[in-house]
Amino acid sequence: MQLTETPQTAAIPPDARPRLPRGVRLVHNEAQGGLVLLAPERVFKPDPIAVEILKRCTGEATLDAIVDDLAKTYSAPRERILTDVSALLRSLADRKLLEL
Amino acid sequence: MTAAEPILNPLGLLAELTHRCPLGCPYCSNPIALDREELDTAAWARVFREAAALGVLQVHLSGGEPAARRDLAEITAAAHDAGLYTNLITSAVGLTAKRFETLADAGLDHVQISIQDHEQNSADHIAGYAGAYERKRLLAAEVVRHKILLTINAVMHRANIDHVSEMVELAIELGASRVEIAHVQYYGWAVTNRAMLMPTRAQVERAVSAVEALRAHHQGRIVIDAVVPDYYARFPKPCVGGWGRRSLNVTPAGKVLPCHAAETIPGLEFWSVREHSLAEIWEQSPAFRAFRGTDWMQEPCASCPRRFEDFGGCRCQAFALTGDARATDPVCQLSPKHALVAALAEERREEPYVYRRLERERAAGPVREKSPAQAP
Repeated sequence: MQLTETPQTAAIPPDARPRLPRGVRLVHNEAQGGLVLLAPERVFKPDPIAVEILKRCTGEATLDAIVDDLAKTYSAPRERILTDVSALLRSLADRKLLEL
Repeated sequence: MTAAEPILNPLGLLAELTHRCPLGCPYCSNPIALDREELDTAAWARVFREAAALGVLQVHLSGGEPAARRDLAEITAAAHDAGLYTNLITSAVGLTAKRFETLADAGLDHVQISIQDHEQNSADHIAGYAGAYERKRLLAAEVVRHKILLTINAVMHRANIDHVSEMVELAIELGASRVEIAHVQYYGWAVTNRAMLMPTRAQVERAVSAVEALRAHHQGRIVIDAVVPDYYARFPKPCVGGWGRRSLNVTPAGKVLPCHAAETIPGLEFWSVREHSLAEIWEQSPAFRAFRGTDWMQEPCASCPRRFEDFGGCRCQAFALTGDARATDPVCQLSPKHALVAALAEERREEPYVYRRLERERAAGPVREKSPAQAP
């Protein structure tokens, strides 16, 4: 299942601290071939980029910090990272799979 | 798909902990012949460990009413300890705040509460249980208080389909993050009440547009999952994601079924967790092999490009409506028996529901109660 649907326009505040709510978990499962996101009556297979973003949604790091970290780790333009991260987070939040 | 293609790992296990239930819903999805025997706590714990080893990620604790099991907290803990995502599917009856706390502490991940309508009188009438509506409200508040995600399962049929907007509003008011618009499916007990439950085409069309409008209006507030009801669809649903492909069902007595209604198909041989491991059953039991893949298909399914998407639809429905479990699900417009579905959808009667009453069923068979028209 796709994690990102139509990106929403509403901007996420840079100081938001995204976190997975109770009932949404990123787990490793050998039989299913790696990391899966478990959610209410849904199982998502996140792509490697989504995994890197989701791992950072701890409720402690701010959106700003997550984007900085990813931009540094992957030596990628910050703006591009911000767009990708925002689209994923907004899509998850709209589906109640993420708290902002 | 050929016989050589590897068997996939199941993702979900529906654990029917008991067939006992205080409600009398006329669309009950449990089989006509209910299990009286029930696996004990230790047996369920073993099933959960075997399921996790097989690749299962999520367990749906269901029934009957799972709260009828006194050991529900121990069962929940066992599933959690096995590493499974635990989803409780409940009517809310029998779950007090205190009891729910023991489930939350046991590691419960998610709760799904069914609702019968948006207001008490009608809801309790449909459930055949006075006070059910109020208990659902109370349990929903507890779930939200524990910060556990809540799904409301709104079971739709002729008497409440015009209230779909109100039912979604109720789900939002109860704090649900997700609502399922679940149209009644006509297997088992529900067949008895089909003519009393079947919505009209006009109702279904209104509901479909209402859901579209609700989705747009409530985007970001609640997720609305809905599918077109079987009898008004053009193509069949990919029932259980394909037979023996992604999910399995363990009955209260331990029989393992490819879907909860599979026992309605005569001649299938089901194996039990009492005699076999779950892995053996998944891979080798005759019932799972019967309709796995596409080799069993007849035309028009056998050469249809949609066969890898919908797997020929529902085997139980194919058998129930055509007498042949290998037939194309007649919901499909390509089925030669499709006209039958349209004819059945036109069969509507204003008669009292035949409620499901476990105690009386044993003693005196089905009992008729007051009609929807007489509801207060």
